Amino acid sequence: MSGVRLRTALAAVTALAVLGLSGCGDDSTGRPAAAGRIDGQLTVLAAASLTESFTRIGQDFETAHPGVRVILTFAGSSALANQINEGAPADVFASAAPANMAAVIEAGNGDGDPVTFARNQLVIAVPEGNPDAVTGLHDLTRLGAKVALCAEQVPCGAVACRALDAAGVALTPVTLERDVKAALAKVRLGEVDAALVYRTDVRAAAEDVDGIEFPESAEAINEYPIVVLKDTANRPTARAFVEYVRSDAGRGVLTAAGFQAP
Amino acid sequence: MALLLPAALGLLFLVLPLVGLLARAPWSTLPQRLTEPAVLTALRLSMQTATLATLLCLALGVPLAWLLARVRFPGRRVVRALVTVPLVLPPVVGGVALLLVFGRRGLVGSWLDATFGITLPFTTTAVVLAEAFVAMPFLIIAVEGALRGADTRYEEAAATLGAGRWTTFTHVTLPLVAPGVAAGAVLCWARALGEFGATITFAGNYPGRTQTMPVAVYLALETDLEAAIVLSLILLTVSVVILASLRDRWTGR
Repeated sequence: MSGVRLRTALAAVTALAVLGLSGCGDDSTGRPAAAGRIDGQLTVLAAASLTESFTRIGQDFETAHPGVRVILTFAGSSALANQINEGAPADVFASAAPANMAAVIEAGNGDGDPVTFARNQLVIAVPEGNPDAVTGLHDLTRLGAKVALCAEQVPCGAVACRALDAAGVALTPVTLERDVKAALAKVRLGEVDAALVYRTDVRAAAEDVDGIEFPESAEAINEYPIVVLKDTANRPTARAFVEYVRSDAGRGVLTAAGFQAP
Repeated sequence: MALLLPAALGLLFLVLPLVGLLARAPWSTLPQRLTEPAVLTALRLSMQTATLATLLCLALGVPLAWLLARVRFPGRRVVRALVTVPLVLPPVVGGVALLLVFGRRGLVGSWLDATFGITLPFTTTAVVLAEAFVAMPFLIIAVEGALRGADTRYEEAAATLGAGRWTTFTHVTLPLVAPGVAAGAVLCWARALGEFGATITFAGNYPGRTQTMPVAVYLALETDLEAAIVLSLILLTVSVVILASLRDRWTGR
């Protein structure tokens, strides 16, 4: 039984390697070599900021590989990393920060090395129409604005600190929110004048908020790594999914959501 | 025997998670972790806000409990149901609701801001309000229960002797139900101490101002499991001590 599965997996890996050589964008058309093996159920644990884009990618992947059912779970990267290390059954992990991925890899739960598939940049989220005419980080202290940041314990807070340090801005926020969506919600509710969030979050909430880009965000770009998990029950499909995320098709979805190429 | 086995299982189910916390506690580094300034700050803020929230609940909740127990009025059932809503409402929703009322753009909050220049979110006052919102039903239920159990003949006697409603309430009713009020206040305080969802949503998180122990536990979980366990142990110790003292009052022993 396990011998069969191993052989199947090896065959699929070989097939994928060949496909990879022929160009990863050709996944959907150059399918025959792997057609019999890429199917079944696939559980993907992904960072909350990937909600919109991975939902779309999951659907596209199912269309490209009939017979595959992608089950997506979104949560904070650290919570997902904890779940994986406590033995939650899953096939693929996509993290919003290298640190959470490192926790999974160090615990020996990765199958191979993680690869960076996207990058996300901080922007200043302000209410629609930018009533305070914010143009950069310095405006936030100059205007005495109420600002929400993410807590330093979560990825968006850690990068916000780096960006503020790079800008030399000593900002006292009114709150350090538990995650990026909570910080954004405080802007949408009108409780703060600005928040430092990801560009993708602003794009997903475009009807309520505007995003102001600032140069120092170049110092604070978050990398998103993805890996197949060691205990996957469906390794060929898991690897195909990771390849699909990194393909032109997957990258197109991510770019449309506001992510940058790795 | 038919009752003892499920009783034992029930106890095990409730106690095992606490054992789990104790088993994973970093005992060797416990002293230095306990005295970290951040921990002490969060602990002090939690104690202060829980106490203030309890006082607020006493000031408003005892009269409300009296109203429900002693005054017949149309719609009393509905009022009683409304009073217990925070018990079943997810606290995060309670926090959002508080924002929609007391927030900068809220029903009352926008008036407060325009008239007095006061904004409540992200302040220690907001923490107290959030805790009081969630904890007040515990006090009201306890006090109302005590009032219903108390003999009303003493109050009637006071009234026939010429005492007004206020005098009767303060001199007869309150002393009668003092143990119930005390028990309700302790339970209310314990619930306020553990409040998380409404607090982080309405008051946010900032060390020394709005970061209470439960909020600190949540954020510590993101990066440092051991720190979260230590913070939880402190909360657990405080709760067990409080509830053990409450239990005796409740059963009247």
